[in-house]
Amino acid sequence: MSFVPLPVAKQALLAGFAAPAAAPTIILAQPLRMTTITGTLLNAATTLAGKAMKLTPDLQPDPLLHADKFVSQPYPRVDGRLKVTGSARYSAEFPVDGLTYAALVHSPIAKGKITALDTAAAEAVPGVLAVMTYLNAPRLQTPSYAYVVSMANPLAGSTTTLPIMQSAAITWNGQPVAVVVAETLALAQYAASLVHVRYEVETPRLTLAHHQDQAFKPDHVVLLPADVTKGDAEAALPLAPVRVDNLYTTPYLNHNAMEPHATTAKWDAAGRLTVYDSTQYPVGVQEALMEVFDLKTSEVRVITEFVGGAFGGKVAMWQNTPLAAAAARLVGRPVQLSLARASVNYLVGGRTTTEQRVALGATADGQLTAVIHSGYSMCTPDVYAEQFSVMARHQYAAPNIHSFQRVVELDRVQNSFMRAPGETPGSFALESAMDELAYALKMDPLALRRRNEPVRDPTEDTPFSSRHLLECYDQGARFFGWDPARPAPGTTQRGEWLVGTGVAGCYYPVQPLPATVRARLTPAGDVTVFTSSVEMGVGAATIQTQHIAERFGVAFERAHYVQGDTDLPQWRAMGGSAATASVGAAIRAAADKLTDELFKLAQADKDSPLHKAERGAVALRTGGLYLTSDPTTGVAYADLLAGQDKPFFEVEGSSPPPTEGAKYSMSSYGVHFCEVGVHADTREVRVRRFVTVMDCGRIVNPKTARSQIQGGIVMGLGMALMEESAYDERTGRLMNPDLGEYHVPVQADLPALDVHFLNLPDPHMTLGVKPVGEIGIVGSAAALANAVYHATGIRVRDLPITADKLL
Amino acid sequence: MYLLVTHPLAAADTLAPALPLTLRVNGQAYSLPLAPWTTLLDALREHLHLTGTKKGCDHGQCGACTVLIDGVRINSCLSLAVLHEGHAIQTVEGLGSEQQLHPLQQAFIDHDAFQCGYCTPGQLCSVQGLLHEGHARTAADVRELMSGNLCRCGAYKGILAAVLEVAGKELGISS
Ligand code: FES
Ligand code: FES
Repeated sequence: MSFVPLPVAKQALLAGFAAPAAAPTIILAQPLRMTTITGTLLNAATTLAGKAMKLTPDLQPDPLLHADKFVSQPYPRVDGRLKVTGSARYSAEFPVDGLTYAALVHSPIAKGKITALDTAAAEAVPGVLAVMTYLNAPRLQTPSYAYVVSMANPLAGSTTTLPIMQSAAITWNGQPVAVVVAETLALAQYAASLVHVRYEVETPRLTLAHHQDQAFKPDHVVLLPADVTKGDAEAALPLAPVRVDNLYTTPYLNHNAMEPHATTAKWDAAGRLTVYDSTQYPVGVQEALMEVFDLKTSEVRVITEFVGGAFGGKVAMWQNTPLAAAAARLVGRPVQLSLARASVNYLVGGRTTTEQRVALGATADGQLTAVIHSGYSMCTPDVYAEQFSVMARHQYAAPNIHSFQRVVELDRVQNSFMRAPGETPGSFALESAMDELAYALKMDPLALRRRNEPVRDPTEDTPFSSRHLLECYDQGARFFGWDPARPAPGTTQRGEWLVGTGVAGCYYPVQPLPATVRARLTPAGDVTVFTSSVEMGVGAATIQTQHIAERFGVAFERAHYVQGDTDLPQWRAMGGSAATASVGAAIRAAADKLTDELFKLAQADKDSPLHKAERGAVALRTGGLYLTSDPTTGVAYADLLAGQDKPFFEVEGSSPPPTEGAKYSMSSYGVHFCEVGVHADTREVRVRRFVTVMDCGRIVNPKTARSQIQGGIVMGLGMALMEESAYDERTGRLMNPDLGEYHVPVQADLPALDVHFLNLPDPHMTLGVKPVGEIGIVGSAAALANAVYHATGIRVRDLPITADKLL
Repeated sequence: MYLLVTHPLAAADTLAPALPLTLRVNGQAYSLPLAPWTTLLDALREHLHLTGTKKGCDHGQCGACTVLIDGVRINSCLSLAVLHEGHAIQTVEGLGSEQQLHPLQQAFIDHDAFQCGYCTPGQLCSVQGLLHEGHARTAADVRELMSGNLCRCGAYKGILAAVLEVAGKELGISS
């Protein structure tokens, strides 16, 4: 093997975790400027860090791996009452005195410059306070770091490094060219329609197909190497007795979270900025605004109580946020910029279109001998290369694997993260190809997958921390009633409907992020954990409340989780399905620290039943500190804190460096089974049912976890059958920026969903958890496409599968 | 009782005179001058600060803004506030309170019928409208007739289960 990628080590290194003790030379005190780091340097640093991490001993397994008093119970959401009564506050819903409203004008050209601006008519509308353009906008610093390039750099809170309304230059169709601020939203929107702009147009680069000759190798694909080779897949492929080699394409997709990106920005007399922002990353937005407006940490506060869905579209700051703050400064009043639906999709980039090649070679009995997964995706000057070829590095055993990617720079809105970036489009190609190979082998596709289940990570050659995929296959086949000897494709018809079944696997890696929390204990026995993380619907507040109750040994009602404000301890972007584990690890660290402190108090007290106890013999239990061997001997929190002269006790905890990732291959796994009906005449596809079995480690809350997986499958159904952002190839204009034309699944599209979890703890993770939030969408489009093939005999390799492709 | 909401936006009204208007929302009458082009949705959210009703598209494409007018569900973004003088307007705030949830709200919690919660007020009002219409006879009817309310979190299964639990009793629908 030429190069062993060490993704977790790399991420740890770059994410600003403290480096492990064995590698003092690679502590990166200064945040990295990723754009200047070459792939080679990155790889060298990673290898070093990885080696060091490999030497560190394993972390102690979490004593709560099997806890089940609060953890693993289906608690209803702690914010449920707020949400069903309409009292949960989203970012456009904070009452602010003297609020004004903003609307955007977008460029209708993709490349060129503004030659004339006529804002007089808009300014003349009574109630309009200002029309902000590059000519009169406050001077704003251009962000130095792009989150899409250096997601691990804590200073990279802005999605891109594009200037924010500072010049006449246009770099994408949809770029904001004016912000109209008025007393009401209707007036702002009306006046925006009166702004006239003239442009000088240059020829833009708009499609992958037209510019593939300019493709290049990115420095990295979401911090992983763009090129991974094991053996010689190109040489092995032609020698394989059975092979498939095909191209798969997936379209550009938009998140379309139900809450449009919203910002309420206000400046106080002292020049401090407060922003209510719908973001997954309040601390990142704070960091970016500090740079853009040249402010100190104490001068910017970002508050995000609730986010109305995000799916990656709110990971880091887009231009709407600084534009709202700049407009507020310009008019001297608070501004609410709640983007129109079309503005969201012009301004916020979605998932890149991909063109992927998957070539598989196998022996006659189905053993893989060559796996090639390669292809193209778009990027902009802030190179974000979506890592679609990565699943092929970890899912199946093969002696020869080549996974590599190229990007094509286009004059389009910055492409970005959308639910399970990489794995989602990549799994469509890989799992479709596995299905095609199974047919070529005349083999059951499930048997083919079983046949190629690896014992160690196929490209990293590390053991798995936990991998129960075979068990998922077995259970899923049983629940679904999978028939290993299915009738031939296109031969099963019931009434007017052709019926087919399909299967696809899924995978999503553990991606630890650094987290710090503060935990507060009151004598009454209330424990509150504070963090700047946000609730975007994943159930974070609920499951961490369960965790707090379990960890600190208090009743559920006495456990509290406070989040969504940069005045609280730091947490990185809510993403990567990492929150439960990472925030959880910080909570565990805080509990350990609290145990230390309380133990000292107990030892200092001669009358304490724990006066002579060993540190290792005590733990936080049922409202106090007790002997683990004898839970009746100990001291209640109230008594421990009685002699203290403060109203509460506070400790901070941080997640430890993720050294396990260098030693183990750590991921969630699963399988989807799908049944579809395809109308014999109209070719309408109706999805009848999904059966899904997931190995996501221990499940903290089966209710919210199941919702996450179901939501992922519904989004995967949309991707498979209807979703596509259509760009005009001549102008680069997004032609369906609204929900009337960009179709997402509705209630009537819902299939029967049957989701199961193995619920087996990963011994190397806090609480034994693994990622849940994104894996549901992974593989779901492939399972559906495979079922459509089985129903019709028509293989669609170009999503979405619309009726015209089945004629 | 009347609450007088003073129009903070006097300057805006020279474009067309603001009309004095009385809206009855959740049993409470609100008097306010309002520009005639103000949508019912903006009147609720921005003028009356009843932000439970959500805006997802402003174009009648998502259902997040669903409210009830004399029991009939409408997309409030597609209707002007001035058209609703004298109507009984009901929003999610009128359905139940945190202390006293409506059975439908309780069912939504029990079935985890939401994640981010942004579509939820519209879903809830839409279900009320559905029950009021009385057309739904089967679970498939419910699914069809609830398809104007998008949920990007994909909580449809929980929503359907919650509706069937409550509507099942009222309309005699079996799940
Ligand atoms: S906001 Fe009214 S239908 Fe979307
Ligand atoms: S709960 Fe998020 S959109 Fe429905």
